[in-house]
Amino acid sequence: MSIINIRQGSLVLVDAAKVQSRGAIYVAQARIRQMMKWIWMILGIAIANPVLYLISVGIGLGGLIDKSVGSAGVDGVKYLTFLAPALLAQAAIQGTMDETVFPTLEGFKWHKTFYSMNSTPLTGTQISYGVFLTALFRAFYTVVLYFIVMWLFGAVNSPRAWLAIPTAIFAGASFGALMQALAGRLEDENIFFVVLGRFVMMPLFMFSGTFFPLTSMPFFLQWIGWISPLWHATELGRHLTYGHEVSPTMVWVHFIFLGIMLVAGLFFSARIFTKRLAK
Amino acid sequence: MSTPLISARGLTKKFGDFTAVNGIDFDVYKGESFGFLGPNGAGKSTAMRIIGATSQRTSGTISILGKDPEINGPQIRAHLGVVPQQDNLDMQLSVTENLYIYGRYFGLPRKFVKQKVEELLAFAQLEEKRDAKVENLSGGMKRRLTIARALVSEPEILMLDEPTTGLDPQARHILWDRLFRLKEQGVTLLITTHFMDEAEQLCDRLIVMDKGSIMAEGSPATLIKDYSSKEVLELRFGSDRNQAVADQLRSMCERIEELPDRVLMYTEDGEELLERVYAANLHPKTSLVRRSSLEDVFLRLTGRTLIE
Amino acid sequence: MAVAIADARAGKRGERVYSGRVLQLLERGYIAFKSSTYMIVISGFLEPVLYLLSFGYGIGKLLPTIAVGGETIKYAAFIAPALLATSAMNGAIYDSTMNVFFKLNHDRIYHGMLATSMGPLDVALGEIGWALIRGFSYACAFMVVIAPLGLVVSAWGLLAIPAAVLIAFGFASCGMAVTSYMKSFQQLEIVNMILLPMFLFSGSFYPITVFPQWLQFVVNLLPLSHAIDLVRGLCLGHINFGLAGHALYFVVMIVVGLFFTTKRLNALFMK
Repeated sequence: MSIINIRQGSLVLVDAAKVQSRGAIYVAQARIRQMMKWIWMILGIAIANPVLYLISVGIGLGGLIDKSVGSAGVDGVKYLTFLAPALLAQAAIQGTMDETVFPTLEGFKWHKTFYSMNSTPLTGTQISYGVFLTALFRAFYTVVLYFIVMWLFGAVNSPRAWLAIPTAIFAGASFGALMQALAGRLEDENIFFVVLGRFVMMPLFMFSGTFFPLTSMPFFLQWIGWISPLWHATELGRHLTYGHEVSPTMVWVHFIFLGIMLVAGLFFSARIFTKRLAK
Repeated sequence: MSTPLISARGLTKKFGDFTAVNGIDFDVYKGESFGFLGPNGAGKSTAMRIIGATSQRTSGTISILGKDPEINGPQIRAHLGVVPQQDNLDMQLSVTENLYIYGRYFGLPRKFVKQKVEELLAFAQLEEKRDAKVENLSGGMKRRLTIARALVSEPEILMLDEPTTGLDPQARHILWDRLFRLKEQGVTLLITTHFMDEAEQLCDRLIVMDKGSIMAEGSPATLIKDYSSKEVLELRFGSDRNQAVADQLRSMCERIEELPDRVLMYTEDGEELLERVYAANLHPKTSLVRRSSLEDVFLRLTGRTLIE
Repeated sequence: MAVAIADARAGKRGERVYSGRVLQLLERGYIAFKSSTYMIVISGFLEPVLYLLSFGYGIGKLLPTIAVGGETIKYAAFIAPALLATSAMNGAIYDSTMNVFFKLNHDRIYHGMLATSMGPLDVALGEIGWALIRGFSYACAFMVVIAPLGLVVSAWGLLAIPAAVLIAFGFASCGMAVTSYMKSFQQLEIVNMILLPMFLFSGSFYPITVFPQWLQFVVNLLPLSHAIDLVRGLCLGHINFGLAGHALYFVVMIVVGLFFTTKRLNALFMK
């Protein structure tokens, strides 16, 4: 073992004030570094996913549907055009979920990395925001890639369609923040994953007006859509990409719903992280 | 002497270019407690896995209960109780269920196993935890459960790979006590360890291994007698001075060992030697007189300490 | 002192890999199942039902009927058999990949099992056996949902249940074989990456005849498309020799999967 320098008293290396203001960014940097190990896989999935879905469901099934509904179209457009904005929002939600739930479990349970972070000047709030920022970053490039694929498939019909990118990320952020708070409280993850996958993610994906207009569902199932961030983002996305009819009031409703979810999610995850670390 | 339960000659195991076990010979007799002492990577666990009939040797011969593990693996395993280095309990099951199903893996009848489980719970002092999920047990409890599990088939040979590594001192002593009782009942124990106190406590006879080879063999007492002096004087002069005084110390006793943080002096009478050190005007920061241990044997044989 | 242990298959063929203790492993599965959460059990059944509700009802409004083999049937009746086949696949894959991976590398349960007188083939068969029991129950439950809805057109549809078990067996043995070669959790992702396109392109939601020739050819090589054709053929009563061919495909999968699983477990634990 070689000798290292541990100078005593002569200088203070750590600037606690700087960490206080930028801690979340340090956490995000560490997380992004982690992410970079799998970046090609993540990017591969981020591109393959829309391509596969758009070809299989959008074009394959869409071809049959377009023939079946005739000139009326689905919501007035081709099925592919109708489907694409929903998948865009779904991609953002899936991306942020992966990037909040797994790191949170890893940090608290699997590798306990949050505890070692917390033994530096970093706080629980900063760790939670750092994880969230990373998820946002992932949602961003996933959605941008998705949008490019959509555009190449000719599923973009409006000059302001690109605005669907931020609305999709918004939905992802809201859902991700909430999931992060949930994951922060988790003790037994085995059941959680099954419940999350089959009782939350799947119903949201299936019943948020993703593959067909929400109104074509029986009324007693439509509520799933109303509480689903996916539906809110999909409505906004359809409005922006092909001019799907949404009243100004409803635009506000969509934004406020997602906004409340985001703020609540961030607030609770910061609190839950802080509490659990101090336990 | 009777025929050995386990007998190995020229036992060798290679993983590619790496030789984990290098032509070792040993015999284990019924009812004895036999140890493999050596640092991590000495080849102890590999030797254990070959005996456990879950790893095939590269060359040499080995017979366990008169059978060749290469040919009669399952039949040999039917008579062994294996406690691996890493606990591999069934996390989805409770304490009782772990014991029960493991007995079933041996093909034992349900009724027998159910009875046996009660005995084992008492033996492992886990009666209060009988319905607990394994996940929620402490390290010491898990270890005791793994040992109890290995006993479910009333094996002729109990094999323990590093039984107390990672346990706190209290948990270790409880475990040693349990193992000692088994020994009293005549169970043949096979133990690997890198703790010399464990080897001294539990083993009638042991082999000291390093880098795949056997360095020495015998009972703890004879090994110490053969390879070390009666007492050891440990001196610390501070990390920068140890080396400087070593030459002077060397002339004062039979043998010395310089370690990074201290100097060990081998002698028949530690107190007397310490007085001579002071008389020579050398003033160590701390000093300690103790009896020789297997650690000193290993140091003598390899020039290295057991735990690095 | 040692209890005489029945060396059930001592001296018989293959005694080093198989000791005839599959039942004991199923017993383990049952004990673990008893204490598992019912949510997990229910959720496996829920998956195809949700798909049926969403696609059968929702897409069914946009696309009420579909033509197969010169016959026009309700869209829901078209997808229901495919969902049965897909859920048999998903259940088997989950049980034989994620589950097995954790037992193998994380909990190291197989190390313990193989330190007894059991062999690797016992472990493989026991593990897969449990997946099959589960697959069988889910298939029955799904049938109970779709039959009253009139989505099983023919009485041959009853055979869809054993067909689902066969499909699960094939996927489980291959899944376990693949998993036994995996070193990291991330590699398991590869399985998911293969499953998604297979699911999307194997003709669950529409006939693959809408694809260009070359793509149809590729899809016809995939196991899921054989699974779907088999179950759909039975449910719609379209009985022909092709169905035997589909079944044979899974028999081959079973044999190949078991062979490699045993081989690999042997190499892992008996090296």
